[in-house]
Amino acid sequence: MSLLEIRNLKVEFDTAKGPFKALDGVDYTVDPGEVLAIVGESGSGKSVAMLAMMGLLPNTATITADTMTFEGLDLQNLTAKDRRKVIGKDISMIFQEPIASLNPCFTVGFQLGETLKTHTDLKGRQIKDKVVDLMTSVGIPDPAGRLNAFPHQMSGGQCQRVMIAMAIACSPKLLIADEPTTALDVTIQKQILDLLVKLQQDSGMGLIMITHDMGVVAETADRVIVQYKGRKMEEADVLSLFESPQNPYTKALLSALPENATGDRLPTVSDFAEAGGF
Amino acid sequence: MSEDVILKVRDVYRTYDIKGGLFKKASTLTAVKGVSLDVERGTTLAVVGESGCGKSTLARMLTMIDAQTSGTIEIDGLPIDISKTGISKEMRQTVQIVFQNPYGSLNPRQKIGHVLEEPLLLNTDMPPAERQDLALQMLQKVGLQPEHYGRYPHMFSGGQRQRIAIARAIMMKPKLLVLDEPVSALDLSVQAQILNLLADLQDEMGLTYVFISHDLSVVRYIADKVMVMYFGEVVEYGTRDDVFNNPQHEYTKTLFAATPRADVDSIRKRLAAKAA
Repeated sequence: MSLLEIRNLKVEFDTAKGPFKALDGVDYTVDPGEVLAIVGESGSGKSVAMLAMMGLLPNTATITADTMTFEGLDLQNLTAKDRRKVIGKDISMIFQEPIASLNPCFTVGFQLGETLKTHTDLKGRQIKDKVVDLMTSVGIPDPAGRLNAFPHQMSGGQCQRVMIAMAIACSPKLLIADEPTTALDVTIQKQILDLLVKLQQDSGMGLIMITHDMGVVAETADRVIVQYKGRKMEEADVLSLFESPQNPYTKALLSALPENATGDRLPTVSDFAEAGGF
Repeated sequence: MSEDVILKVRDVYRTYDIKGGLFKKASTLTAVKGVSLDVERGTTLAVVGESGCGKSTLARMLTMIDAQTSGTIEIDGLPIDISKTGISKEMRQTVQIVFQNPYGSLNPRQKIGHVLEEPLLLNTDMPPAERQDLALQMLQKVGLQPEHYGRYPHMFSGGQRQRIAIARAIMMKPKLLVLDEPVSALDLSVQAQILNLLADLQDEMGLTYVFISHDLSVVRYIADKVMVMYFGEVVEYGTRDDVFNNPQHEYTKTLFAATPRADVDSIRKRLAAKAA
């Protein structure tokens, strides 16, 4: 059975100019132990899909789907209280801006402990030990000493490690990483991606990588979904996607990569849009 | 060196004083340590390095936002040291800069036409009608429409805003354009458009670029020469092919190894390693 199964997901936002379709009938499935990458440019609806699944969208959004289940549990008709038992424990998420997603008023140790306090029966001393374990597993040097550090005292890469530690605190079955490395330097990006893939392989959890960087996709994913303007353009395993892209948009995206440039000009997506008609 | 060298930097240092506190001694931080470089007219120098390596401090000195502590900067034969001589309108016209974030670098309450005309208003005595003509021409040159003249920044997408920022920078017909991560906030497809625009403008206007970036695939595409900085020092400096094919310094090698590879062979290798 799939870990996550979403069929025909539609999301509409009410705006002053009438409803805006952010997602138009997209399917997602993730198996346990699989790395799925969702690629697309801004406005393609890649984050909206995951936020809809987690119930994090504002109430101007209308979400409909034929099925939306996590381990057989129907996520659509869940009460807010029941949803909170799943989100943060079995499904957790890492956001793009590590420094903005941590609370500047509390130490990282406290914020890590909070997750454990909410979702587990651990108490006092046990929580502290577990927090130190978590910080060690994500590779923060001197974890015991860093417990009392505030987010502003740590670098961007360190903060992202804390976010990852927080996300894996309750051994989730599904981890969603929304552009986890966009704000980071290449060398740090490499470390964070390696860490995510290692954690994923060790624990066998499902991992969804949301990104617009084809390089990140190539380095991490098993299967890829390419999205454009709220529609799925292509779904394929990573090798066949890069080897023989089927959809004109995917082809356009791959040829816009500067490293694939031949000649003086980079082909842009709009060049292909005229020819391919998507 | 021939007279074709437009930007000549010799042994430039920049230090910042850090104030002491109750429990902390005052100290100095050297952000840029002895940087020397030459850029020939009409070429592109890419400056690469991680955050905090001093590449933006270098950009600030080249664009006369900040003064160097020691060393000489010469732009088109004109020595630049704003801490001693101050800054004149002529100096302003030689160098312009495009910043990373097009959402932050445009005033939300200023119409695009005004954004483009402001550099002329401040630095030249051009009459208003001529300024407007020039602004309209420039809009077309960067791929926008004349009707965009009276619009506000929020009505544009990220890529269009970056076009506006580029248009503003070249209004003064500068000799040197400093681009501080101009495409890293943009989507892949928009990034390609902006890189094409920059290449076109360089051909058309004979512009010289100092292109600051941490994205090696972009650098490889656009640069003639590459300089790698690490903790304020230049650790690698040479032509693009030399640096990419034969990196000397340990840090450059780490940087190359860390760059994600999107070719089929690397994916195959990774999948094989995973299956094992």
